[in-house]
Amino acid sequence: MSTPTEPRTLSVRYFAWVREKTGISEERIAVPANVVTVGDLAMWMQTRGPEFAAAFAKPDAIRAALDHRHVKADAVIGQAREIGFFPPVTGG
Amino acid sequence: MSVSVHAADFDVSTEIGRLSDGDTSIGAIATFIGKVRGEAHGKPLISMQLEHYPGMTEAELTRIEDEARTRFHLTASRIIHRVGTLLPGDNIVLVIACSQHRHDAIAACDFLMDYLKTQAPFWKKETGSDGVGSWVDARSSDDEALRRWR
Repeated sequence: MSTPTEPRTLSVRYFAWVREKTGISEERIAVPANVVTVGDLAMWMQTRGPEFAAAFAKPDAIRAALDHRHVKADAVIGQAREIGFFPPVTGG
Repeated sequence: MSVSVHAADFDVSTEIGRLSDGDTSIGAIATFIGKVRGEAHGKPLISMQLEHYPGMTEAELTRIEDEARTRFHLTASRIIHRVGTLLPGDNIVLVIACSQHRHDAIAACDFLMDYLKTQAPFWKKETGSDGVGSWVDARSSDDEALRRWR
């Protein structure tokens, strides 16, 4: 378990227009102590400057995956190693 | 049962042979091939970029294939999805389902495509003759198609 003195680190990956708007494809972040769910992290992303504010302006338009599995905004990040943010998928 | 994600094209006859040659329990093979159309929204399409989530894509396609095996009597199946830059007429996706009888093969092919289109992490960006690329929006009709299986 993480302790308050050791912030959790998480790999974050961005795809399609979320990647283009943030300007990066992946990074490692220290998860703020008050971020518990995927939705919390999306809201925190809005506070990271104009690029992130634009990318996460409409959190409902963005989907997420924790450790390569689709999750909803209320999913708890917990000990996950990687999160991906992306638009609804359009393959096939 | 296998999934592949790569830039290279596929050959449907070769893939069917790999899946079914020598297996005389197979009585039915259904295939689906998705291709790049030469127009989008009434305008000529010049090229299409296909992006994906390496690692998750393979995991999700494997989960989709496993789910198909629990629902249908399948002898073998195969999913190939291309990524990178594709041109009008190019192949995008191949799904093959092999079974003893046709209903399982045809239904599994349909099921695999409905799940792939709504769950597998691929994104298309279309470039028209003006050189401007635009991300394809997800279609609500694809979500409705998925509900048939729930």
